[in-house]
Amino acid sequence: MADAAIHTQRPGGRARFRPGAAAGRWPLRGVALLYLALFILLPVAAIIQRGYGTGLGNLTGALSSFGAWNAIKLTLILAVLTAIINGCFGTLLAYVLVRFRFPGRSLLSTVVDLPFAVPTLVAGVMLSALYGPGSAVGGWLEQHGIQIVDAVPGILLALLFVTLPLVVRSVQPVLLELDPAEEEAARVLGAGQWTTFRKVVFPALRPAITAGSLQALARALGEFGAVVLVAGNIPNKTLTAPVFISQLLNQTSYGASGGPDQAAAVSALLFGLAFVIVVITEKVSSRGSGWLKA
Amino acid sequence: MSATETRQPPASTQDAGQRRTSRRRLGPGVLLALALAYVLVLLLGPLAGIIYYAFKSGFGVIGQTFAQPDVQHAFLLTFIIMAITVIVNTIFGVLVALVLARDRFPGKRLVSALVDLPLAVSPVIVGLMAVLLFGRGGWFEPFFAARGIQIIFAVPSMVLVTIFISIPFVIREVVPVLQELGLEEEQAAWTLGASKAQTFFRVTLPNIRWGLLYGIALSAARAIGEVGAVLIVSGAIQGQTETATLFILRAFDQFQDQQGYIVAVTLALFSILLLIGIEIFKRKRIREAR
Repeated sequence: MADAAIHTQRPGGRARFRPGAAAGRWPLRGVALLYLALFILLPVAAIIQRGYGTGLGNLTGALSSFGAWNAIKLTLILAVLTAIINGCFGTLLAYVLVRFRFPGRSLLSTVVDLPFAVPTLVAGVMLSALYGPGSAVGGWLEQHGIQIVDAVPGILLALLFVTLPLVVRSVQPVLLELDPAEEEAARVLGAGQWTTFRKVVFPALRPAITAGSLQALARALGEFGAVVLVAGNIPNKTLTAPVFISQLLNQTSYGASGGPDQAAAVSALLFGLAFVIVVITEKVSSRGSGWLKA
Repeated sequence: MSATETRQPPASTQDAGQRRTSRRRLGPGVLLALALAYVLVLLLGPLAGIIYYAFKSGFGVIGQTFAQPDVQHAFLLTFIIMAITVIVNTIFGVLVALVLARDRFPGKRLVSALVDLPLAVSPVIVGLMAVLLFGRGGWFEPFFAARGIQIIFAVPSMVLVTIFISIPFVIREVVPVLQELGLEEEQAAWTLGASKAQTFFRVTLPNIRWGLLYGIALSAARAIGEVGAVLIVSGAIQGQTETATLFILRAFDQFQDQQGYIVAVTLALFSILLLIGIEIFKRKRIREAR
């Protein structure tokens, strides 16, 4: 007892560990916030200043020049498609992984995480190895008039590859906590499997599916590594916005002018979208009083 | 209320029951097949494809590829960047996680959203950010130029962008563990006379270790694989600022596909090792949470 009393009286002692007492927390809090400010806020400020600082008129001016809008349009369409397709298949995979028991289930769970571990560029190499014109599968598809690599389907596959785990890992924990008894009750009462899913499982999963799909959307809007080798990067056809930005910036090293301004404009637009998506995702997943509350 | 009517309901439920069991048997089969087909087309097929191409040429070409100084330098650079990134993001990530899990202050949700931002921002834009800060006419360019420190087109900017990109992983894995953990054990240690450092290293750290290792493995994987941001800030100078991923990019650009496949498979195999680590850490973390 005496010992404890002495420790309490140590200057700035035990009080520091009470969560409410903020005084002693300033060093830790300060270092943490400084780190985030230096590494995240500062670069963000730079892009906002360069992209939006000159006014929205200049932004639209830079965007109206060759290829910029087409690149943005292609990126937006493919990102939305990616979010929808992986929203469905990601949910399906999560459902299969949680509710079904079959041999190789834990292996499947590991394989689903593969895109988290494999470098995105290597993902692109993988896809072109299988679906490129030189391989058996790619050659067969080409004979049947389907081109994957250096065409839009290749970009879509690359985006689907890198974003798959986002939806699965968002839905899985929620599904694990969902009591199977509710589904059994629905089935006993005569609901078919589809009705059970639609009326019982889906409403509970909706916030997680939305959050996962939004993460996939943001990721797909910005993906570079997986796309650059499979897209072919043909201007106005298979050139996505991130690859377009990188090409504009690469020109500067060879001395061409106008590149950085245009790159900053396209980047500012993409960055704005990414920021909005992050804020919405935060609201959806925290299930606060947000306007997208599910 | 005839006898036939009373007999009907059991018959129909039995019928429905049979239909249900048959659908139950059919349903999962179809769903499972669909899920497996998707994984096969999207993930496993391509993995098999790349392994086939890399080993097709035989071990002679593999040996030649790794004998190149450029390749060795690229792997070394990738490793150095990964090591620095992981160390910085582990130390500061745990600090930020402690603050986010334990501290309360106005604007905390904004900070939490800020942590997630690197996951959503295109790596290419991250590269541009670094150019805007340190490149020609950038905010800090005069400061470093006066001291003769090269940031852009050199390793420092490559490290900086990689740190930016892998900031969220440790934080996002450690925060939920800290929240589940609560404060009781730490308070007990503190009451028994342990110092702050002792409390952290003897109580907090062992409790968060699996979540932390999971976050570290994810950071390492992301750092090894980074290409977009690094391409823009490094200038991809052969033998100098060329990482393993940038080497792959150049190999395919110069129609040296075979070397590209070999280096890509090496990175893939390394990341699969990391993945196995990730799965082990994740399972241990889940088991400990229960």
